[in-house]
Parts: sequence; C-alpha cells; structure tokens
Amino acid sequence: MAANTIDMKVFTELQAAAGADFVKELVETFLEEVPVMLETLRTALAAGDANGFRRSAHSLKTNGLTFGAVALGAQARELELTGLEQLGAGAAAAIDRLQQSCEQAAVDLRELCHE
Amino acid sequence: MNERGAARVLLIEDNRVNRLLLARHVGQLGYVVDAVENGLQALEHLRRGSCDLLLLDIEMPEMDGYQLLEQLRLDPNLRDLPVIVTSGLDGVANVVRCIELGAEDYLSKPVNPVLLKARLTASLEKKRLRDELREMVRRFATSEVAQDLETSGFALGGHHVGGTVLFCDIRGFTSLVESQPPEETIELLNTYYTLMFDAISGHGGVVNQMIGDGLMAIFGAPNPLPGHQNCAVQAAIDMVDMVAQFSLEQQAAGRPAIRIGIGIASGEMVAGYTGTQARATYTCIGDTVNLAARMEAHTKQARRTILIDAATRAELDQDCATESLGPVQFKGKSAPVEVFAVVCEAGQLD
Repeated sequence: MAANTIDMKVFTELQAAAGADFVKELVETFLEEVPVMLETLRTALAAGDANGFRRSAHSLKTNGLTFGAVALGAQARELELTGLEQLGAGAAAAIDRLQQSCEQAAVDLRELCHE
Repeated sequence: MNERGAARVLLIEDNRVNRLLLARHVGQLGYVVDAVENGLQALEHLRRGSCDLLLLDIEMPEMDGYQLLEQLRLDPNLRDLPVIVTSGLDGVANVVRCIELGAEDYLSKPVNPVLLKARLTASLEKKRLRDELREMVRRFATSEVAQDLETSGFALGGHHVGGTVLFCDIRGFTSLVESQPPEETIELLNTYYTLMFDAISGHGGVVNQMIGDGLMAIFGAPNPLPGHQNCAVQAAIDMVDMVAQFSLEQQAAGRPAIRIGIGIASGEMVAGYTGTQARATYTCIGDTVNLAARMEAHTKQARRTILIDAATRAELDQDCATESLGPVQFKGKSAPVEVFAVVCEAGQLD
C-alpha cells in the first residue's frame, strides 16, 4: 500500500525512468547514506561549521526530493536555508526532527521497494 | 567522441545517490559516463583524458562548482567544454552566477530525465558544430593563426614583429608536371607538403602560404620564437634531407627525382590580416619577406640549395657551416646584399 510520507507520483516516475530494480538499489544506498549525512550535520553543529552544515542539509534535501520524501525534503531545505547561525539553540532539536522524518521515510521507502 | 562515436560525459557530484542516479540516466541515453566527486578531481581527470561535456554539481567539498567553472575559464584547453549545471540550490541568483561563469545550461535537482536528454543532446550538438568549425578553420589556416583568431579575434591590420621568413620551391617543377599524369603530380605535391610541414613545424615555424610547388613559412609570428634564425635554417636542412630521401624513393619507383631551393632572410616585418572583412589571410610583408623570396630565386643562379642573408647568418649556431657568396645586387634593392650558402650534405647542386 502507498506510503504516506512519499509522493507516489514522484516515486513511480522515478521507477519508470530509471527502472524499479535500479531504484531499489538506489534506496538502499540512500538508507546507508542517511545516518552519515545526519552525523555530518551534528558534527558541523558541534564544530560551528556553517558550510558543512549547509552542504549536508542540502544533500539530504535533494536526496529526499528525488524519492518524493516531501516532508524530509522540506525540513532539510529549512535547515539549509536558515543556516547554522540563525538556527542557534534550536539546531539540535531541528536535526532530531529531521532524523524522525528520515526514519519514517525509510520505513515507507523499504515498503514501496518490496511491493 | 570516443572511437564508437558515443559522447563522453564527466559527472561531477559528491553525493552518492545523485551520482548513481545521474550516471544511470546519462548511461541510458547511450553516452559514456565518468564520475568524480569534486572540482579538484574533475580538473585532474580533464587534464588526463578526453571529455565532451560536464554535468556539474555546485555544492561540493574541496572545490565547488563555481570554483571549477572559474578554473575552466582560465584554461585555454578546457574553456570551450560545455557545462550543464545540475543543482538543488534555490534562487535565480545561483543560476545567473553559473551562466555568467560560462555554464551552458542549468537543471534543477531532482533532474527530470526528459529535460536532461534534451539539454544533453542540444549541448553536444552545439559542441559538435563548434568542433567542426574549428577543424575547418585549422584546415585553411595554421593552428597558430586559428589560436590567434580565437583569442584576439579578427581585425584587418598588422603589427611589427621580428622574425625569419623562408621561401622554398621545387626546381624544374614545370617540366616535371609535363612529364607525368596530373594525378601523380598531385600525389607528389601532397607528399612533398607533408614532409615540408613536418620539417617546418618541427622547428617552430608556420607554413603561411602554398602556391603550386612554392611555400612561404614564418618563424617568429604569430607567436614569438626565440632563435628564429637558427630554427629556420635547421628546418631548411631537414627539408633538404627529407627531399633527398624522398627522391631516392621516387627513383626506386621509376619516377623523377626532385630538388628544392630555399631562401631565408631575417629582420623586422609587418604581420597581420590582409584582405577584406569578408575574406582575409594572415601574412607577413616587408623587405625581409621580399629578400627571402629573392634569395630563393637566386639559388638557381648560385647553384646552391639554401641561401641566407647576413642577419640570419649572424645568429646561427657555430656548428652550422656557411659559405660567403659575396654581395649580390637583387632587383628592387638599392644596394647589393651579402649572400651566404648553408653547407649541408645534400645542399650542393650539381
């Protein structure tokens, strides 16, 4: 059944263009990369590395939008555009929320790949 | 294009998912894909191998897309490579910045495969036409002149340069033409020119004009050439050696041998484009050019293969032997001119 965090139009178009088997592999790669990107966000936050923070949020945004993970994409975009300095004390909580969205999207993407 | 005719696309993208997906899309279109992870790796790759088009991300570590675009612009060998930027950056300002830095097109991520196909096809077609045009220019002008046109643009007019001019032609060419079928003459001329071009360009000279069996070469223009006098004489010696070798092959095949005469003069001349706005040629004019032509004509009377003027001789390497033939009064010259013959093994006419 269609997952509620994924825009099905985007996902099925991706499958049609690149092939369902390829998309399955791509999802696996994405799910391997998500913890790395979240970790990079946290490291950048701890180090005050605004560029690293923006780049990592940017990567999560484009990857999320590629699979139709709209909420994930929107949250990552928010982090990218707001920037580390402006987020201030709220940055850690924002990363936690993004992580939750990533986890929900991961469940839905796995389900879609095995339908 | 590679041997099989498929264009080669270099994908520059630090994100694994984006890299895999774009490589998939581009590969599905029948192009050969190479992938690197940042601008620095891209520069290294481009200086090592060939590529027809770049698909470039902007946000990357080490060297980002903007920095790479700047580097490409500074490199004459890379600045014409078409670049399509693929980025998820928001805002028109980013697109404008990429275009201003020389990117040909901009695609937003996630990249739409249909748009990607259209942009790739259009950019590669434009590149093919540009390459064809450049190839055509190089067929009718020297690569140095083509490069000069590309960097400085075209303008009628000239400037003073110091250089050496070499004239060469085939002795007894008219009777040679009459003694064999035209096809054989064309074949002979093609071989002759191939050998002469090799010798001249091998010493930094540029063949500027070809008229029948005669040619004019310049050493020191459009690009300055240190020791242009010596370069021209060394080229002349190679030309004589090559023609001697070619003549042996001709004779072995039952065809007539050929001999050449070469005249060389050095000094100041005016180099530039002459003609009209619609049709022009790069050439050098002035007393030095006239003198080199007179020297070449004089090889027949002097019965020497290579004749040079005093200005050329003054700058020759010590191990290059010359023989003074004394002053000669040339047509159009107010005073007699000192003429020297270059002594080389195949250089004496019977």
